[in-house]
Amino acid sequence: MSDKAKSIESKKTSGQDERLKEVSKLRLLLNRPELGAVGGAILVFIFFGIVAGDTGMFSAYGALNFLDVSANLGIIAIAAAMLMIGGEFDLSIGSMIGFAGICIAIPAIYWGWPLWVSIIFAFAMAVLVGYFNGILVVRTGLPSFIVTLAMLFILRGATLAITRLITGRTQVPGLRVLIENDPIAWMFATDTFKWLFTWLGSMNLIALRTDGTPLATGIPPSVMWFIAATLFATWILMKTRYGNWIFASGGDKNGATNVGVPVGRVKISLFIGTAVAATIFATIQVLDAGSADTMRGNLKELEAIAAAVVGGCLLTGGYGSAIGAAFGALIFGTVSMGIFYTDVDTDWFKVFLGAMMLIAVVFNNYIRKRVTESK
Amino acid sequence: MSENLIEFNNISKFFGKVIALKDVTMKLKKGEIMCLLGDNGAGKSTLIKTLAGVHKPDEGEIVIEGEKTVFDSPKDALDMGIGTVYQDLALVPLMSVTRNFFMGREPLKGPPFLKTFDIEKANQIAAERMGQIGIDVRDPSQAVGTMSGGERQCLAISRAIYFGAKVLVLDEPTSALGVHQASMVLKYVVKAASQGLAVILITHNVHHAYPVGNSFTVLNRGKSLGTFSKKDISREELLGMMAGGEELDKLEVELEEMNRINN
Repeated sequence: MSDKAKSIESKKTSGQDERLKEVSKLRLLLNRPELGAVGGAILVFIFFGIVAGDTGMFSAYGALNFLDVSANLGIIAIAAAMLMIGGEFDLSIGSMIGFAGICIAIPAIYWGWPLWVSIIFAFAMAVLVGYFNGILVVRTGLPSFIVTLAMLFILRGATLAITRLITGRTQVPGLRVLIENDPIAWMFATDTFKWLFTWLGSMNLIALRTDGTPLATGIPPSVMWFIAATLFATWILMKTRYGNWIFASGGDKNGATNVGVPVGRVKISLFIGTAVAATIFATIQVLDAGSADTMRGNLKELEAIAAAVVGGCLLTGGYGSAIGAAFGALIFGTVSMGIFYTDVDTDWFKVFLGAMMLIAVVFNNYIRKRVTESK
Repeated sequence: MSENLIEFNNISKFFGKVIALKDVTMKLKKGEIMCLLGDNGAGKSTLIKTLAGVHKPDEGEIVIEGEKTVFDSPKDALDMGIGTVYQDLALVPLMSVTRNFFMGREPLKGPPFLKTFDIEKANQIAAERMGQIGIDVRDPSQAVGTMSGGERQCLAISRAIYFGAKVLVLDEPTSALGVHQASMVLKYVVKAASQGLAVILITHNVHHAYPVGNSFTVLNRGKSLGTFSKKDISREELLGMMAGGEELDKLEVELEEMNRINN
């Protein structure tokens, strides 16, 4: 190539790059699936900032409260979002939460297993349930909606029946004493950054109890898990080969299979993901409450799906983001707690939840049209 | 270049009692474009799937570069350099150009067990490849859904070539396209062939096939009516050979009849 040709070539490419940057910044932002959820979260915070700004909702204690609720929902919402991007649903998440809870509590209390063994047992059961869900959907080709709806009833029923059979009750208390000195339980039961809160308390920057210790003692474990799950899921979706396979499996199953994506394996692993996330949720709750309850997690699957949808996941698969689901969960958590700080009757929460979802679906539908329609 | 790149010798395929293909023979050289013509139900899809390794032929043999070959799976066919572009293109509209281009075969970087999708490299290759075929993707992270039908077809073909296709099998690449888009795709097919690929172009549109094909194989009800080189056959003769050719003639006669009565 002559020098002249080279310079023309380089000019051409640099010219392209400039144009690329100009066009794409705004468009990139508009086309991101999490745009709606981030915008919604900002609106929610502005709303409560105005309505409940002076009520203590945004004090350290108040904030940790709504963050804790958001985080718990977020953990399952992120897994649900990844599964939805992969083109499937899991309606058994809520039942899995109840099931995982008693998988920890019954061995630990009635069979004398060490707590950590019980926790590992619960996770092993989650992998089994997820695998079973996945293999059923992949092998039969039935809609996952139906398969996991069946699992919703089976798991909830089994949880209730087994618990009553072994304990004669529907609740298993007495776990709190087992947490101390357990090699694993701390991961699900310990507040972090306590030193920071103690320091903030000593500087009189946050509210104190009468004995001088801060009211908010540290970041709850749910929030740490939530942050870790968001980062991990985003890394997988955006930066790994497996992430590309998730989008491909949900976007066009046949096409993905034709170019060599192991669609079945991808889907099964995502079902395992939702069951494991439900078990993380259950472990945190069981250790926090010190007891397991057979009805735990009831309807959580729908909240998780709602958060994922608000976060930009399409019901048809192939599109969405973990960050979006995280913000979706933050919106629900903030509103469900924030509503206590306002004069609004808390009965209205579900109305809000439904309306939010409707708006999100309409918005996301518009975005999808923008993304897919020809120029 | 007398050596054939790929040969199909007396291929037959049966589904129970149904004879889908019977004694089909085709030979292709490097740089040759063979058009496989036939009406619906002539056995085109079965033949493609046999080429792509989805079906195993019940009789006959596939010879690639002089060696007899049996495909046990679509992956085998891919590994032997047979790149099939299906009608649905195996593209996901919601995913970016790059993510589609490398779907299932993502380039990786980083240490073992922590390998990540090398998206910068992938973007660069995808943009470069699309540039080569004259499609200016300003931004390879734009969704495929924003591309035109012809551009999508070219992307799928370009992907097959990039991943080592020596024989390109194109299933109805122009059937869903307008004139302009179709000619863009056909131009690219000719270019690919001139670079040494053998192309099998499956179509029922003689008008698209005739200008670009070097030879023509006509399928009718599972049997090959023969392979003809371009100098031996005219467009009209080809049309006539395809099932439906006679029907078109009949239609013409009937229309004339109607005109006469109306006048």
